Amino acid sequence: MRANSAQPICPAHAVSRRVRSCLRTAVRISPLLPLGACGGILDPQGPIGDSDGLIMLNALEIMLAIVMPTLVAALLFAWWFRASNTRARYLPNFDYSGRLELIVWAIPLLVILFLGGVIWIGSHDLDPYKPIASRNAPLNVQVVSLDWKWLFIYPDQHIATVNQLVVPANTPIHFYLTSASVMNVFFVPQLGSMIYAMNGMVSQLWLEANHQGNYYGESSQFSGDGFSGMHFTMRAVAPADFASWVQSVQQGRGPTLDLTGYATLEKQSQNVQPYAYRSVDPSLFRAITARTVPPGPGPQTGPGGLRGHPRPEG
Amino acid sequence: MLGKLTWQAIPFDQPIPLVAGGAVFLVLVAVIIWIIVKGHLPYLWNEWITSVDHKRIGVMYMLLSLLMLLRGFIDGLMMRSQQALAFRAPGYLPPEHYDQIFSAHGTIMIFFGAMPMMIGLMNFVVPLQLGVRDVAFPTLNSTSFWLTATGALLVNLSLVVGEFARTGWLPYPPLSEAQYTPGVGVDYYIWALQISGVGTLLTGVNFVTTILKIRAPGMSYMRMPVFCWTALASNLLIVAAFPVLTATLAMLALDRYLGFHFFTDTAGGNQMMFVNLIWAWGHPEVYILVLPAFGVFSEVIPTFSGKPLFGYRSMVAATLFICLVSFMVWLHHFFTMGAGGDVNAVFGIATSIIAVGTGVKIYNWIFTMYGGRIRFDAPMLWSIGFIITFVIGGMTGVMLAVPPADFELHNSLFLVAHFHNVIIGGVVFGGFAGLTYWFPKAFGFRLHEGWGKAAFWFTLAGFYATFMPLYVAGLLGMTRRLQEYDVAAWRPWVLAAGVGVLITLAGAVCQVTQLVVSIRRRDELRDETGDPWNGRSLEWSTASPPPAFNYAVLPNVHGEEPYWEIKRRTIEAQHLAPEPDYKPIELPRNSPTGFITAFFATITGFALIWQIWWMVGLGLVAAYAVFVIFAWRDKEEYEVPAEEVAAIDRARRSAREQWLAAHAQVGEQV
Repeated sequence: MRANSAQPICPAHAVSRRVRSCLRTAVRISPLLPLGACGGILDPQGPIGDSDGLIMLNALEIMLAIVMPTLVAALLFAWWFRASNTRARYLPNFDYSGRLELIVWAIPLLVILFLGGVIWIGSHDLDPYKPIASRNAPLNVQVVSLDWKWLFIYPDQHIATVNQLVVPANTPIHFYLTSASVMNVFFVPQLGSMIYAMNGMVSQLWLEANHQGNYYGESSQFSGDGFSGMHFTMRAVAPADFASWVQSVQQGRGPTLDLTGYATLEKQSQNVQPYAYRSVDPSLFRAITARTVPPGPGPQTGPGGLRGHPRPEG
Repeated sequence: MLGKLTWQAIPFDQPIPLVAGGAVFLVLVAVIIWIIVKGHLPYLWNEWITSVDHKRIGVMYMLLSLLMLLRGFIDGLMMRSQQALAFRAPGYLPPEHYDQIFSAHGTIMIFFGAMPMMIGLMNFVVPLQLGVRDVAFPTLNSTSFWLTATGALLVNLSLVVGEFARTGWLPYPPLSEAQYTPGVGVDYYIWALQISGVGTLLTGVNFVTTILKIRAPGMSYMRMPVFCWTALASNLLIVAAFPVLTATLAMLALDRYLGFHFFTDTAGGNQMMFVNLIWAWGHPEVYILVLPAFGVFSEVIPTFSGKPLFGYRSMVAATLFICLVSFMVWLHHFFTMGAGGDVNAVFGIATSIIAVGTGVKIYNWIFTMYGGRIRFDAPMLWSIGFIITFVIGGMTGVMLAVPPADFELHNSLFLVAHFHNVIIGGVVFGGFAGLTYWFPKAFGFRLHEGWGKAAFWFTLAGFYATFMPLYVAGLLGMTRRLQEYDVAAWRPWVLAAGVGVLITLAGAVCQVTQLVVSIRRRDELRDETGDPWNGRSLEWSTASPPPAFNYAVLPNVHGEEPYWEIKRRTIEAQHLAPEPDYKPIELPRNSPTGFITAFFATITGFALIWQIWWMVGLGLVAAYAVFVIFAWRDKEEYEVPAEEVAAIDRARRSAREQWLAAHAQVGEQV
């Protein structure tokens, strides 16, 4: 059940729906493009992705309304007034027209005025911190970016995962994000907004998946040599499946995540295969954000990081 | 004794930088030997290296820029080819190498490709357009250039001695802190930019002073060519913004060298302070680059349309408007920080307001073409290509200024495509338009038209073929700076961009060929008149190349298009103005100050990077000593005798007599 569906932001709403479906179709039918799970932001699977994409296309349409005539005028004038065209009228002294000047300033000004409204409303409606209203109670997830993998802590379920995120579909997810070392950006393109994970700080983000499925997630902020491997799969499953997954992790044979285990996890490693912790120290996230556990140690081997360094085992 | 410097700094285990660096080194040595053996060294030293003539310095800036554009383009080729190969495969560049390449690409293109291009054009053109003999501080100008060259040298030295930064072109902490990047790469970045940044700041001071204080008689503000206005705006931005960069990098250096905690993980440091500060410089920086390019188009389009610029006052107003607002939008580079709706909305709206100024300019250029007689020479092609490309880039820029859209596009290849769209479409096209437009003024012969047009079409097609696919890849969620990826949907677009960059390569080859062919056929391409394009502003009234003193007698300016007026009156009267009373002219003497200061600055920078402290001290003391010696000089000017001035100017007048006779014969209307 989607309680917070995309709000009509501006009168161009209906048009933009059509344009978007066209765009989506254009991308889909492109012979080069296999129909994969990864349709990116043109194939949104949640309310935030819907609304972000809608505003983006609205902005594009508003601008196309003046950009298209401008491009046509530029090419047309350049071609018609070519020196070899004897039919074109030569106006060697035409360098000022009050009426034209008025139009020249008024058109961009009006467009930006209109767009300014879209920006103001959109920035507030789609603030990443703004909760998603829903019948279903939100799921809390604490996200820690490490060198170079993602740690997801489920504080209410007392479990944690690395490089995989399992959530119930049609349920708002309330993310709390921080970094154990350098900056990263948490981004699941098909669900919408991204936000920085910064050390010593907690940022927040609300997302929701409307459909079950596997969604590609990544870091969108370069964070060092292992950056390319910092992607993960976000699995949105039926609520019942989520409950049974949680149970299986809790009762499984996975490791437990305490401060000692965290000190090992925190060391640099690349392309880490996903796994789960059956239990997690409840004070861990606070300890990371409050810096009572030491930050990621950075490169430990090699000649002072002078020129690459041997990679620790993943 | 040598700080951190050991043999390990030379990449014996990495063939690509070793071979590339070795080859460049050998070529350099060969060129130097050739110069010495052929006896060109005195000429080079007296006429170029120690020259304080703004025209010579401008040419050297352009040369530096073209070399660095090539270097940066090779980095770009490597990035595109790595990504083309890196689908579920490691490609040929390991992360620690690939990360240096994209960091070097951005750093080199912005600081040593685009900046010297614009500053070079300003150096060459502004004093000529203002109708004066030189900039306000000629020796300082030479110092600015050589300090910029020092920065470029240090960045390129990192190819073979040590490494370059692996942190991106803006080294965000804490990644750039010593804890996470202990090598010398970030130190190369810091000191190269600190030294060249001093040079750029001095350029800013120099040009603001020149434009405000030194203009030909009658050249009031509202008669200045628009290029001079945009140069003024750009240099005002330099003076205001570059100290911010210097301070920010100084804080990062204190963190790295002395254990300060401005931006560190711990002890109260805050990384977002760096991000705010660097963009408080970084956003004005893009307008520092693009405003002079706007100025170039404002000169080229009227000339090749055969009519005055439409809406001169609007253009000036829009330039100053952009100059002002560009300082109030820096936060749009990190909407995803989570600053909240109010902050994001204010910065988003401020950002899109800049588009008003740019939009006005675009319309004015279009109306300049309206009613014209347009000649499609290479500079005009670059200008029309610019209008089309920049409008598209501006549109995607405003999309990114809408915070909810930016929440999905931040750091994606869509963003990469956008800023290449405006920087290539704006700054690089502007640079090439300016280069082909003013080249005959600088050297007395035109660039080969056919190769110039081929370069334009290949570069234009290559740009679209490279970056339009990257827009799509960004919409599909592909982020920037990936050394390897495993999403099948991105692959076709990445491959398409790889093909596109090859088309751009053809453009680059045409550019180089154009220069070589033009130099070899310079006698056919010779322009005797000094006015090959039927120009409108003052620089076309003097000979090509202009004499050291630019104008035998400083022109008296009436109206916005002084040279056009002079030509019109001359044709009506059917004779040139009477010969003026020639007087001796005083010019600043050449000075090696800039070159020697930069030499010691290079040593200081290198020593700081490798922490060779005795050498740091030595370099600083020596650089300071050079300046003290310069300050104590007895003779600062030399005199060109009146007879020599008269002889040079009479040659120009006789060329103009012939031009007039030719125009009288065909009864042509100008």
